[in-house]
Amino acid sequence: MIVYLINRVGQSLFVLSAMSLIVFVGIYVIGDPVQILVSPEASAEEIAQVRRNLGLDLSLPTQYLRFLSGATSGDLGSSFVYNESAIVVILRHFPATLELALAAMFIAIALGIPLGVWAGIRSETFSAKAIMAASTVGASLPTFWVGLILIMCFAVYLGWLPASGRGATRSVFGVELSIFTRDGLAHIILPALNLALFKVSLVIRLARAGAREIVGQEFIKFARATGQSPARIVLGHLLKNIMIPIVTVLGLEFGSVLAFSVVTERVFSWPGMGNLLVRSLFLLDRPIVVAYLMLTVVIFVVINFTVDVIYTFLDPRIRFSAKAG
Amino acid sequence: MRAENILEVDGLQTWFHTRKGVIKAVDSVSFSLRPGEILGLVGESGSGKSITGLSILGLIDPPGRIVSGEVRYKGRNLVGLPEPEIRAIRGRNIAMIFQDPMMTLNPVLRIDTQMRWALAAHEQVDKNAARARSLEVLRLVGIAAPEERLGSYPHELSGGMRQRIAIAIAMLNKPDILIADEATTALDVTIQAQILSEMQNLCAATGTALIWITHDLSVVAGLADRVCVMYAGRIVEQGLVDDVLDRPMHHYTEGLIGSVPSMNARGKPLKQIAEITRSLFDLPSGCAFRNRCPKVIAGCSEPIPVLERNGHQFRCINPPVPAP
Repeated sequence: MIVYLINRVGQSLFVLSAMSLIVFVGIYVIGDPVQILVSPEASAEEIAQVRRNLGLDLSLPTQYLRFLSGATSGDLGSSFVYNESAIVVILRHFPATLELALAAMFIAIALGIPLGVWAGIRSETFSAKAIMAASTVGASLPTFWVGLILIMCFAVYLGWLPASGRGATRSVFGVELSIFTRDGLAHIILPALNLALFKVSLVIRLARAGAREIVGQEFIKFARATGQSPARIVLGHLLKNIMIPIVTVLGLEFGSVLAFSVVTERVFSWPGMGNLLVRSLFLLDRPIVVAYLMLTVVIFVVINFTVDVIYTFLDPRIRFSAKAG
Repeated sequence: MRAENILEVDGLQTWFHTRKGVIKAVDSVSFSLRPGEILGLVGESGSGKSITGLSILGLIDPPGRIVSGEVRYKGRNLVGLPEPEIRAIRGRNIAMIFQDPMMTLNPVLRIDTQMRWALAAHEQVDKNAARARSLEVLRLVGIAAPEERLGSYPHELSGGMRQRIAIAIAMLNKPDILIADEATTALDVTIQAQILSEMQNLCAATGTALIWITHDLSVVAGLADRVCVMYAGRIVEQGLVDDVLDRPMHHYTEGLIGSVPSMNARGKPLKQIAEITRSLFDLPSGCAFRNRCPKVIAGCSEPIPVLERNGHQFRCINPPVPAP
């Protein structure tokens, strides 16, 4: 377990440093943020002043080394645009993205697992075939297009739900969350559905494949022969056996929703990290982009570790070993 | 005599409707079982013996279906019963165990959970009562240190241990009938012999009747009171074990007996039954064994009636001449 943890952390540190270097150089090559930040009327002197303040007058290797020495003490630099610590800016946008991601995952699990299990154990029925056809469509449609269609249907024509933005928030343990207000809930439904669509389809396919395999196993036949009810057989015997691939994929998907729900956040003007990332890229706000990507590495490491821990609860045959990393 | 029977299978037909045609996996099978009796159901794979067992419990899934016939448990026909009613009988009155001890237990659940759920299917039990009952049955099937086993997962146990636990789960609700489908086939012979003798004692002690499904005639010889020999979905011969094995009245049974290796025939080539079973899609008319039988006569292509001699039933119009 400890060896496993050390392995994991070591790998993550390597990924972190490699990525910071790539992003640093990449954004340096794209353009000069100072040209974007200063007003067009600014004199050459003012521009030079801004450049000096931001530390952009130094050579690239020097800038990177300064960043590294800051990073080792937890300081990832200050945003060029917001004039405050990049991490603080990102974390301010984090709750919005987190609750959107959680809502999407909730929909994916609540719809995907029951539908998939049904399609797996009643694979010959019409409803099972309809579910599978729908999941194929759901997995193939591009996110941005589905988002636009959702807005057109539910916001423009029907007028039931707001088309964009985040609703009123309420402070929960010091975090501003919108899912606990009526207005907030109305705002989150469409973007969460949009994000969830692909995941629902994925979970349906995984749950169906698992259920079809497990339902033919002898221990299911044996459980039926002892007179156990269908509910007990599906919820007790079958579900736990099919969860490993589902948890794996949901974990990865949760990470990617947290880190890269860029398209949905743009389409629905959701004020989360994805939107922040796009704006920062346009403004060449390098500290934000670097800090953001480093945060995503941390998110994935944490999620993968959580998934590994969940495995051991799901299947007693799985135990931590040093090689697992 | 008839009223004593705890189970009567009467004209049972279980057919599978597939795209290629109808498979008559079980075709007009009739037999009966008395309380505490051990009945061997012998046949090669595909002869319909497992489907017969599953049909008794109503566990046939589409495309299979019980087309006609009755399965009477204590005089009550189980065929066509609504699912909740037959579920109340499964496990409580008639239990069944299966071949593969690696796969009959759920790999991700602890033994105590699996036993508790099997009990809870039929009665309200609290955890302590379930545990006490589980321990009792585990001891009954000869498991050492049952307290430890309850907390184990199946992968931590040996094959023989797992099959014992499966038997224990089947015996939890004190069934009147236990159907064992090739229950010791996957185990090595020493464990097999142990479990067989324990099953014999167990049935004698609890009064549970046993239907032992196997392809192994030598197992039946030592275990069963009576035997049914199945071929291509039909019972071709049934009677007391000694009668059937000493004086087989069907050439298939005779062939089966001849193909068992024995000490007396060491060094001689084993006899084998010619050819293989035809596919169930194109069985010959009349006697299904006709194409492999050494003593075919003209009447064999006509429907064969069930003949009987002193309670020994057979479907053969030209039976092997009984040894004097």
